Amino acid sequence: MLLVITAIAIARVVDLFAAVMLSGIYGLLSASFFVAMDAVDVAFTEAAVGAGIFPLLMLMVLGVTGRYEKLEANLKKPAVVKKVAMLMLMLLTGGLLIFGTIDMPAFGSADAPAQQHVNIRYIEQSPEEIGIPNMVTSVLASYRGYDTLGEVLVIFTAAMGVLALFSSQLFSPSKPSMQVEQGGMRDHHVLRIVSKILIPLILLFAFYVQFHGEYGPGGGFQAGVIFAAGIILYTMLYGLNKAMEVIKPSVLRILCAFGVFIYGSTGVVSMLSGGNFLDYSVLASDPIIGQHLGILVIELGVGITIAAGMILIFFAFSHQAESQLGEG
Amino acid sequence: MFYDLYNYWMVIVLMMIGLYIVISRNNLIKKLIGLNIFQTSVFIFYISVGKVDGGTAPIFSSTETLYSNPLPHVLILTAIVVGIATMALALALVVRIKRAYGTVEDAELQELDNRC
Amino acid sequence: MLNHLPILQVIVPLLAAPACLLLNKPRLSWLFACFAAVISLLISGALLYQVQQSGVISYMLGGWDAPWGIEYRIDLLSAYVLLIVSAIGTVVLLAANTSIRQEIDEDKQSVFYVLYLLCMAGLLGIVATGDIFNVFVFLEISSLATYALVAFGRDRRALLAAYQYLILGTIGATFLLLGIGLLYSLTGTLNMQDLAERLPVASESATVYTAFAFMIVGVCLKLALFPLHLWLPNTYTYAPSIVTAFLAATATKVAIYLLIRLYFSVFGADFSALPIQPIFIGLGLVSVFVASTVAIKQPNIKRLFAYSSVAQIGYMIIGIGIGSSLGLQATLLHLFNHALMKGALFLALAAVVYRIGSAERSGFNGLAKQMPWTMAAIVVAGLSLIGVPLTVGFVSKWYLVLASFQSGLWPVALLIVIGSLLSIYYVWALVESAYFGKAAMPSNVSSSSAANLSPIKEAPLSLLIPIWILVLANVYFGIDTRLPLEASATAANFLMGGGS
Repeated sequence: MLLVITAIAIARVVDLFAAVMLSGIYGLLSASFFVAMDAVDVAFTEAAVGAGIFPLLMLMVLGVTGRYEKLEANLKKPAVVKKVAMLMLMLLTGGLLIFGTIDMPAFGSADAPAQQHVNIRYIEQSPEEIGIPNMVTSVLASYRGYDTLGEVLVIFTAAMGVLALFSSQLFSPSKPSMQVEQGGMRDHHVLRIVSKILIPLILLFAFYVQFHGEYGPGGGFQAGVIFAAGIILYTMLYGLNKAMEVIKPSVLRILCAFGVFIYGSTGVVSMLSGGNFLDYSVLASDPIIGQHLGILVIELGVGITIAAGMILIFFAFSHQAESQLGEG
Repeated sequence: MFYDLYNYWMVIVLMMIGLYIVISRNNLIKKLIGLNIFQTSVFIFYISVGKVDGGTAPIFSSTETLYSNPLPHVLILTAIVVGIATMALALALVVRIKRAYGTVEDAELQELDNRC
Repeated sequence: MLNHLPILQVIVPLLAAPACLLLNKPRLSWLFACFAAVISLLISGALLYQVQQSGVISYMLGGWDAPWGIEYRIDLLSAYVLLIVSAIGTVVLLAANTSIRQEIDEDKQSVFYVLYLLCMAGLLGIVATGDIFNVFVFLEISSLATYALVAFGRDRRALLAAYQYLILGTIGATFLLLGIGLLYSLTGTLNMQDLAERLPVASESATVYTAFAFMIVGVCLKLALFPLHLWLPNTYTYAPSIVTAFLAATATKVAIYLLIRLYFSVFGADFSALPIQPIFIGLGLVSVFVASTVAIKQPNIKRLFAYSSVAQIGYMIIGIGIGSSLGLQATLLHLFNHALMKGALFLALAAVVYRIGSAERSGFNGLAKQMPWTMAAIVVAGLSLIGVPLTVGFVSKWYLVLASFQSGLWPVALLIVIGSLLSIYYVWALVESAYFGKAAMPSNVSSSSAANLSPIKEAPLSLLIPIWILVLANVYFGIDTRLPLEASATAANFLMGGGS
């Protein structure tokens, strides 16, 4: 219910800055909803993405494009017909959906088809077949490991797309003429010192999440995002140039591709050792150890690509934002 | 019946709000925020499908027997990643559009295009 | 290694993409990309042969059995579409180097090839998979790559086109996702085959209808069926010429494939309560007429053919709507043929853009003298588009008309023929100005761009050869129709047989 209120507020508000903040809250709310629905892994991710990365990127873009949206009234457009048409469309789609839900199995019932068919094996056998307690990780990395390879490639594609859109000036050392170095949070000594302690902790936590994914919530994706968040914090405090000296974009680019390779070659290796693509059971003499090994390696690949991709996207955006400030 | 489907109906309301923002707003960024709400509502739908009353998070432990369905969780993990990837690309496009046109209002963009 | 072909088909271009990035030299990347594309073409050929010999190939990813793991399932239909996509992808890529060097900045070219490979791999993945959620993932890979590729266009309107495409594409994909979720909540499975078996039990349910509606609308957004086609003309017009050629020949085809797959294989086409077939036929016809009429007036030739694509998609939808096995066969034939002719046409336009810098109609005046081979290619492909005998276009239109007669829908047949007359009109206008129009005076040329001061020459061989490969394929398959006919007939019968 809170979600609906937030969403309506987002629809009404004209100040885009507020809208972004509200959508951050929206992300956090949906994350807590996911916890209530037992989806801890998803909640973890949604909190990192919906309340972290997404508003962050939005804010950086707002820095470039301006804060307020223009109301339709200012644009002098006869919108009545359009509005009625849109309302009809909404009602039609919404009505169809409500019609569709009538025959749906009741919420939460344990004998709904979704809980009965494929699911049973995941729950009852995955601890033995894969040997790890977190079923989400089992399904993610092994049963449906190929989807996850696809997911890694989606991030890779997006990073490439963002790179392609912002020309690769990113890779040439930027000019010293940027005066933004002095402003903002970089002057806050307290912040600097606190974050100096925090950043290593964040990075450490990322590694913990990375390797803990088999037992509790977590895994490559969450770890990648947290790692990226650590670096992003560093960037915000010490400036883009400094951060890019520490982690070179060209290295990131290679890492980003490298993560995909790790994942892909796991598949190829299992193919060469006689199994099907991404069949980890053949990686070691004991299938369960093989599964362990396979999941460990591919999660590493996921983590590397996600972290590198996210940082790369962030660098590209903040580079844009800074050069915008430099011009204005 | 109302209680049975309450969650799904909330999802529909959220979805419609999101979709409404996407098609009614002029500002390209606002459209993206709407798109985000729209996508998230579908995530909520999936997760609701996977919930089992009285179940716990699908992490095996010897004391629990009833778990929620892990499969929708996996699917939505993937979908969230896809969503943020799409958003990143879309925002990059918005920045480029702002650079090229000087505005991010849809109506103004149309005008600029029709002029030349 | 032979039993791994289904997965190799997709992961060769998929993993070649990051490798391409590491090379980071445009020329090397291009060569490597071509290499990967040729391999995947060979694989698709081998797959088609295998399927024809021994029937459906099923490949379990991760070694898990079907409803638990993800399955790759290659039947005749998917093998056929895989061949189309990888063949066109390869030929267009061969031509890419020359055109791309001119249209895209040096430092971005490597990334271009990376995205191109990703897009191709995504499309192949959609076709090969037998898992409905996997479709969504690969759809997004190819779509994200497409948005970025479109934004490479020189004109700033390319950015806006990419943005609009992104919004609509994402809405479409989310609809698809919602439909998948509804189906999952009813059946508890994501495997297409398994779904088809479990759905009849639930087929009386309103939820199935809703899922069906959402998935079909989602896919129709992607394939630009008439009221949902708005993104297509801008996208095709402002994208780099090579991208247009690739997208026009493959992306919409894969969307059609997905529609057929969902409609016949998953849902089993037994929606007697919904007037779905008349809707398809009606929308298809409206598509043909509206798009063809709009096409006639377009000053930009790329945009003209973009609208013509919308019209051609209309024909394919009519074929599905007719609902007989012959109609479906006509659609499949047209899928193949349209890929050949639009590939040839847009590549030829790429050559024109390469030489004169734009695709405005005015630039075509008298162009036949300066670029005889390119214009001849446009003429042959244009004839094929109209559906003149001895070209592939004739074969598929013939089957479409035949199918509508067979089902007693003679007004539809008549309208199809009239629709073709419209395409004669716009192709002829173009040919007329190219062959009989006055060549632009040198003084006029200089005003358009400084680079064009030298007289316009024929396109370089690196572009001409791929163009003529496609043109000759147009003629060859127009005369020797066995390969596509057999494949499409068997595939159509298989689908209808499996569906009912």
